[in-house]
Amino acid sequence: MAGSGRAPLRQDPMLLSVENLVVEYGSGPYRVHAVSDVSFDVRRGETLGLVGESGCGKSTLGRAILQLYRPTAGRVLFEGADLTQESGEALRRIRRRVQLIFQDPIASLNPLRRVGEIVAEPLAIAGIGDGAERERRVRAVLNAVGLDADMVMRRRPHEFSGGQCQRISIARALVLEPDLIICDEPVSALDVSIRAQILNLLEEMKTRYGLTLIFIAHDLAVVKAVSDRVAVMYLGKLCEIGPAEQVFERPTHPYTSVLLAAIPLPDPDAPVPEALAFGEPPSPIAPPSGCRFRTRCPKAEARCAAEEPVMREIRPGQFVACHFATANGETA
Amino acid sequence: MSGAALLEVEDLTVELPTERGPLRAVAGVSLSLAAGRTLGIVGESGSGKTMLSRAVLRLLPHAARVTGRVRFEGRDLYAISREALRRLRGRELAVVFQDPMTSLNPVLTIGSQIAEALREHLGLAQAAAFARAVELLAEVGIPEPERRARQFPHQMSGGMRQRVAIAIALSCEPKLLIADEPTTALDVTVQAQILDLLAREQSKRHMALILITHDLGVVAGRTDEVAVMYAGGIVERAPTRALFKSMRCPYTQALMAAIPKLHAPPHTPLAAIGGSPPDPTRPPSGCPFNPRCRYAQERCRCEPAALTPPDASGHQYACWFPVGDPAAAEG
Amino acid sequence: MAALDASEIGGVAEAPSRRRGMGPVFWLAVGWIAFIILIAILANLLPLADPSKMTLLARRAGPSAAHLLGTDSLGRDVLSRLVFGARSSLAVGLLAPLLGTLAGGALGLLAGYFGGRIELIIIGLTDVLLAFPPLVLALAVVAYLGPSIVNLILVLGILTVPAVTRVARAATLAVRERDFVTAARALGASHRRILLREILPIVMLPLSAFFLVLVAVIIVAEGILSFLGLGVPPPAPTWGSMIAEGRDNLDVAPHIAFFPSIAMFLTVLAFNLVGDTLRAVTDPKRGTS
Repeated sequence: MAGSGRAPLRQDPMLLSVENLVVEYGSGPYRVHAVSDVSFDVRRGETLGLVGESGCGKSTLGRAILQLYRPTAGRVLFEGADLTQESGEALRRIRRRVQLIFQDPIASLNPLRRVGEIVAEPLAIAGIGDGAERERRVRAVLNAVGLDADMVMRRRPHEFSGGQCQRISIARALVLEPDLIICDEPVSALDVSIRAQILNLLEEMKTRYGLTLIFIAHDLAVVKAVSDRVAVMYLGKLCEIGPAEQVFERPTHPYTSVLLAAIPLPDPDAPVPEALAFGEPPSPIAPPSGCRFRTRCPKAEARCAAEEPVMREIRPGQFVACHFATANGETA
Repeated sequence: MSGAALLEVEDLTVELPTERGPLRAVAGVSLSLAAGRTLGIVGESGSGKTMLSRAVLRLLPHAARVTGRVRFEGRDLYAISREALRRLRGRELAVVFQDPMTSLNPVLTIGSQIAEALREHLGLAQAAAFARAVELLAEVGIPEPERRARQFPHQMSGGMRQRVAIAIALSCEPKLLIADEPTTALDVTVQAQILDLLAREQSKRHMALILITHDLGVVAGRTDEVAVMYAGGIVERAPTRALFKSMRCPYTQALMAAIPKLHAPPHTPLAAIGGSPPDPTRPPSGCPFNPRCRYAQERCRCEPAALTPPDASGHQYACWFPVGDPAAAEG
Repeated sequence: MAALDASEIGGVAEAPSRRRGMGPVFWLAVGWIAFIILIAILANLLPLADPSKMTLLARRAGPSAAHLLGTDSLGRDVLSRLVFGARSSLAVGLLAPLLGTLAGGALGLLAGYFGGRIELIIIGLTDVLLAFPPLVLALAVVAYLGPSIVNLILVLGILTVPAVTRVARAATLAVRERDFVTAARALGASHRRILLREILPIVMLPLSAFFLVLVAVIIVAEGILSFLGLGVPPPAPTWGSMIAEGRDNLDVAPHIAFFPSIAMFLTVLAFNLVGDTLRAVTDPKRGTS
């Protein structure tokens, strides 16, 4: 079967370049095709949003980049070094420059340890600084995320709210001053009124620390608010990738349109969301042949089952994998 | 407006004992709902919206203390016998919860769970109940209903399980359906399908529907009336269109402003609400939102505001200095 | 403070009952355990008769001023034998489970964390051990190596290893997938660091509770072995051997068997209560808060 291709990879030196990444696990008839031949890159200083519904593989992709799941095939180039080929001490050293923020803020912190220790942990693992130096850096980063270091350092995670725990988690990710942070649904578990705080915080930290972000989420409005570029995934495949404004306002892939049409807008005069896609997403164990979205796509034809669409540039900087995509875009 | 209210809640308060003192989960809530109408209840976690729905169904933990009244078709649900209540629940009063995996029995087939409700409330015989269950599965849009009726919940996806939960809820033709965050755990494309289903069934059966959610987008298109809850009480209530046209309560306005808008350009700064929702065991004095409110003034810190009587468009709010009021100024 | 959600509300009504678990009965049990351990340690300093001193003229005597709990069939003071017997019973009862918990805990942690072949080997070995009828194995070892308190501790300790391994493995599996462990991996922490700093502190809670229940079981096991004559050799008193001696005199002098039985019953009950209560309190569900 033809893969999706490497078209979205750009020319200039990139901070992160994911090439033909495949992540599969399980065996025999139960083999799960979580990520199937995905290629994209992230420029330094950019925020790439990664959206898709449950089962699309976006979380698996995020973790595979960090080598928390070892990819089955493909390369992950971080400043030119292929992470899939690294292990042991070398991998650990690179890991200090790529951090991860989790969906459930309270579960991502060890309930038995104090916040000060938790945030100092990356420094301890990397063997940086002595006790005093570490404390200084921990205080600095806690203050940076809007927490009062004196009040917070001696306490344990369960004494804090979800929003505060997420701040602690972000502080832990920042203490080593990484280059890239992968945010895996960082605000989904938070209340609406707290989400905005954390999103603003992430934007602020990005500027302050010169970060590059990969922002994984299923909420399109949230992703659009923080992203420069957006990639849309479905069942392990990349459907569309391009500048955020373009992908959202003038999508070229039917799935992107379906997603956008389904979002209920907080405006009573807006049309009621249409359920344009049929049925439910199939399982990643036995994905459909050819284009994986064809079983739910309002535009599917015979060709879609026989031939898998390959990524191609539809507009400058925007790439799509669909036989019928045109530069005029979909009618949303 | 339709005729007499199907559901009337008067000054409902729910208190729960905790290690840190009594917790006021619901504080003096009053509302009414007529047949065929949809009420949306919007609130974040800790707002009391789930406790309210449990209180209406009299499904609270044993230790809860309830004051106020809940009247369904004129009958006080807290005054009738347990037996009478049991007959009402599932038959005239139905509920759909957020997580269908925990609200469905994992060791019984789907068909038998639906049939159970039918046999219990409508007295159908086994075969007839199963046949009707299969019909209901088809009505809620599940393909191959005969095959699915013999399956177990874990063999179905989240969206399908929620359809099953809705089928169970609708099986005995209830007059009122309470849907507590029915689509929060589902993907957005499935959410649209489920909400469509609820709307269709509602109009078909002329059912009253309470839709509880944290998502203002969900209520915007699908409700007749919206009540916004904060810290256990209703802070604003209005017909849906009137609410979105002009939000009077600062919390509602702040909530709306804090949501990222799909059509705003990327990197638009979000108007976050500072602070966090209050600890229900230690509510602030005065208005519960006052520590986070831009417009808070001295009076707000001393006295909580009561809901105003409905104005010409049926709009009510609980605020001394509502948005748009000349006396309101940023505090 | 943390905003509430429905699941927390559900937990609200439970909180008082959880405290009920640590009520007066719990503290009585703790008190008894402390008391028994104390008198066992201080046995030499207490004004007790020599436990081996035989007063042949006062054999099988009931409780009196001279012998508070009476004498046994050889005229030895029952109270003093009870106190000194506590030493043996507690020594075995505490040290054997300790050995088992340390060994089994380590094995379970490794099996649960690494999985794959390591888990297969460890679980396979413990399954083999489980397949032996425990008492028969204890008998065989004691018969071969000779009865002594050290051998007893070793055998009983090893017999507890499979159960502890399973508890430790289950707890490790539950913790392994939690986000904060993934976070540590993502930070580049070594396996050793993750095991010792992230996983072990959490697994220790259910393990300690299980340890206490094991103590109760081992005290009874020691009692059985002593009863069968394969425990600590005479003349050192143990509760089990005292009960065995008392068996022949049940019609004439029931107190000889009665008092050590009571002592064992209370001690085992106390350890069970404390272990169960602590297990309920350290339930993994609570660990997520």
